Amino acid sequence: MLTRDGLIHLSGAAVRLDWSGALHWPEEELLVVADLHFEKGTSQGMRGRFLPPYDTRTTLGALEEVVRRLSPKRVIALGDSFHDRAADGRLMEGERNRIRALTAAVDWLWITGNHDPEPPEGLGGQSVDIVAIGPLVFRHEPGRGRQTGEIAGHLHPCARVGVRGRALRRRAFVSDGARCILPAFGAYTGGLNVLDDAYRGMFDRVRMIAWMIGDQRVYPVRGPMLVPD
Amino acid sequence: MTSAPTDLLPPRFADWFAARGWTPRPHQVALLEKAGERRSVLLIAPTGAGKTLAGFLPSLVEIAARGRHKPGTRRRGIHTLYISPLKALAVDIERNLEKPISEMGLAITVETRTGDTPSHKRQRQKLAPPDILLTTPEQLALLIAADDASTFFEDLKTVVLDELHALVTSKRGDLLALGLARLRSIAPAIRTVGLSATVAEPDDLRGWLVPQRPGEPPALADLVTVAGGARPEIRILDTEERVPWAGHSARYAIGEVMKEIAAHRMTLIFVNTRSQAEMLFAELWNHNDDALPIALHHGSLDASRRRKVEAAMAAGSLRAVVATSTLDLGIDWGDVDLVVHVGAPKGASRLAQRIGRANHRMDEPSRAVLVPANRFEVMECKAALDANYLGAQDTPPIRDGALDVLAQHVLGRAVSGPFRPLDFHAEIVSAYPYRGLDWETFERVVDFVATGGYALRSYERYAKIRLTADGTWRLTHPRFAQQYRLNVGTIIEAPLMKVRLGGKVRGTGPVMGGRILGEIEEYFCETMAPGDTFLFAGEVLRYEGIRENEVIVSRSRDTEAKIPIYAGGKFPLSTFLAEGVRRMLGDPETWKRLPTQVAEWLEIQQLKSVLPKFDELLVETFPRGNRFYMVAYPFEGRLAHQTLGMLLTRRLDRMGAKPIGFVATDYCVAVWGLEDLGHLFAVKRPSVHQLFDEDMLGDDLDAWMADSYLLKRTFRACALISGLVEKKHPGEEKSGRQVTVSTDLIYDVLRTHEPDHILMRATWADAAGGLLDIARLSQMLSRISGHIVHKRLDVISPLAVPVMLEIGRERVAGGEGEEELLREAADDLIADAMQ
Repeated sequence: MLTRDGLIHLSGAAVRLDWSGALHWPEEELLVVADLHFEKGTSQGMRGRFLPPYDTRTTLGALEEVVRRLSPKRVIALGDSFHDRAADGRLMEGERNRIRALTAAVDWLWITGNHDPEPPEGLGGQSVDIVAIGPLVFRHEPGRGRQTGEIAGHLHPCARVGVRGRALRRRAFVSDGARCILPAFGAYTGGLNVLDDAYRGMFDRVRMIAWMIGDQRVYPVRGPMLVPD
Repeated sequence: MTSAPTDLLPPRFADWFAARGWTPRPHQVALLEKAGERRSVLLIAPTGAGKTLAGFLPSLVEIAARGRHKPGTRRRGIHTLYISPLKALAVDIERNLEKPISEMGLAITVETRTGDTPSHKRQRQKLAPPDILLTTPEQLALLIAADDASTFFEDLKTVVLDELHALVTSKRGDLLALGLARLRSIAPAIRTVGLSATVAEPDDLRGWLVPQRPGEPPALADLVTVAGGARPEIRILDTEERVPWAGHSARYAIGEVMKEIAAHRMTLIFVNTRSQAEMLFAELWNHNDDALPIALHHGSLDASRRRKVEAAMAAGSLRAVVATSTLDLGIDWGDVDLVVHVGAPKGASRLAQRIGRANHRMDEPSRAVLVPANRFEVMECKAALDANYLGAQDTPPIRDGALDVLAQHVLGRAVSGPFRPLDFHAEIVSAYPYRGLDWETFERVVDFVATGGYALRSYERYAKIRLTADGTWRLTHPRFAQQYRLNVGTIIEAPLMKVRLGGKVRGTGPVMGGRILGEIEEYFCETMAPGDTFLFAGEVLRYEGIRENEVIVSRSRDTEAKIPIYAGGKFPLSTFLAEGVRRMLGDPETWKRLPTQVAEWLEIQQLKSVLPKFDELLVETFPRGNRFYMVAYPFEGRLAHQTLGMLLTRRLDRMGAKPIGFVATDYCVAVWGLEDLGHLFAVKRPSVHQLFDEDMLGDDLDAWMADSYLLKRTFRACALISGLVEKKHPGEEKSGRQVTVSTDLIYDVLRTHEPDHILMRATWADAAGGLLDIARLSQMLSRISGHIVHKRLDVISPLAVPVMLEIGRERVAGGEGEEELLREAADDLIADAMQ
């Protein structure tokens, strides 16, 4: 599945799984990110949970970095880009401008998610439910059962592995060569273990690989090595 | 000043004493006198001195004097509030008070109020308060946050604080200090009675008991000290066996410990960690040819199992109990005539407390045997003995009050009603740990509670508390009161999972259905795979899997567990004992009093290398295999050494010396790498003095700390205690896992965007004082400045062997499978060193 230039084959497309948590498809000059969850931090303010309101700018910083580094022509945000319908109203003006600058520089697609069925207007980009490019289909929620050529988010995969008496838990891409679920990109998004029931039937456990995100690289770990939470 | 006991004791009390052939002890009389003068007082007394009765006697006299409640008159509130660190202790005291009260026929009601008290009883207590209420710091926080707090406590006269030495050095102590300050505002006439074991700095506790005035010298409560009873008889186990170089298991001594058990009525065996307890218990049963009844008691066992052991102890049907700190505090069970302490005592206070368990009658000597697990521990035990046991207690000093606890208290204050900031600040600084709290910090904490306290004012409209037009801060919505009640307290446990006996059905994974054996830290299960075996609750269990937050296990037929258990000491070596060990090393005269094998070890060290004088730091460098090693011996405890190791590695890396790793023990730290450090020191690139310069506590420390997982763990506790994230929501319980993840993410974001946030400040203060032990490291670096002795060696030295044995097993150590491997490695190392 892994080629010499670090690309992996996903149902015919050669893509790179970037350590930022984004998927890069060089041939199409396409960058894909999942589950940005802008303004998740401020979403529970009315319940008296005052989380540091800096997650949007942290997420934006990471997004700007990967766009700068890989210079895609097109970006797909795989849904749940905004934590809730009111997230738009809580964005600070500076952050709003940074989003506009990003969406203006490339062809930007907001795929709809369960958190943002109607992504805000006025921030640029185009809202769509599902996108197909060549052999790949991009959507928010992974379909049930086995799928071929599907790139999705929604589940916030993370993986856990035991090494010399220490357990390591990291955000991870999960793929069996046929489909791929991206880790959540947002700064406050937790992870759901890839061995959780929610993933049942989606991957061939033997062929499944969790690409665990480390410091400036991803580490492929085979399914049988993984441990549940 | 001195009055005859009869002046102070009403006839009924005097008769009661006389009927038993007793006379009130001098300290009991002294406490009656203090009560008469309405003075707060600290009573320091060894176990068995009748401390509890002394503390309560004045209250019993006063309450008896106010007579029965007459129908039709206003009900009287609580007269005496008793606060202990343990629920079990409160229950115990209730039992102990019942006897004198019923025997004297006093109309005094005593009740407990703990987390276990059913809600109907709580409500009834509010309507008809008992004369004496026994409770915990968390329950006090809840009581003072209730809107009827001022009527509930208006008749309060006395607050008795038990095991004060154990309470005050933690965040629970901070919470209690703030609660006490609040009580003083509600009932200004209260006086406090602190009960404590012997401590090195009684003035800290005396100050803690009474209100402080900022800018003035600390106000102190009066002090009543009871001299120790008969001197305890403590000895170090005189062993025929070879004491190992390293490790914590003390397995070599099992046979001899068994003999001690057989020779006594009832032996309490203390160890420092749960896993040590499990291991030792299993080993004892392997050697228990006469099948003596020996039981196990530690905090992870299911409560019903613990109760059974306690009952059997009280009934005298056990010959020995292996226990951890769950048995540490003043609960009095059974007729113990010997305490065996396995492993080094680490702190003289702990040792004294534990030895106090043996024989609760003050006039007879307690008997104790220390069983050091390795050679350094032999010296540590010796230092503890030389220190005259009880004479030199070393409870850590009381630190400045934690800001996360203050944040919790601020919300609690608002829950109980509106407050004026100036008055509230004055109340807070009257609490001893918060006497130095400046106004600006106070305001920032209030701001944090109100809206999160961020530079970016995102939460103004959702404020939990708000400054209103009349100049008071008020709660904005009653749901925050409910949130407060659900999150009160400062005890953040490591996430625990229940261990349930179950089985495995082929193909379907673990099945549940058996009983619960106890609880285990989540991290322990993290790397286990189905089929792995481990020791728990005194048996070898087979790990089957995890179901719904429970660990499912089955009984294994194996006699040895496969998964090694962490067996290091939980408590670092105390400063006091460290000094004792350093002094011993530097003075060959003292070696004569050490066991021969240990003395020989030191003599060979002197031959092969050098032994540091009392005020020196020895640094050895030597090659081994294809690596170069440096071992430094500061004797400042594992936490300080871990921090030191981390900083040294960073510095060496920056200086181009290519370090690879390090390992720290209680006694020394070893760093290894690819460059010959001995050579680098010789050509001063860097010099050993430069490497150990105090400036490492500047930039290197800052840079490392910010990235450290320790800081994240500390932040998690601060976030939970301060209320930034919740322990529980109404109707939902968060699992430990989710909390861990989210606070780590929050930490990263906050650190990047607002590194000087009040919660970051609280986190740094915590980490510096606790996990990193920076104060101690800093003292050490300044002490050894100009006193470093570098010895360049061709081979490893005898003194370095123990730490070298720790390499590669600092995380999991002392387990079954590993012990064999270690022994092989050990022989190899030892052969080199002794040649």
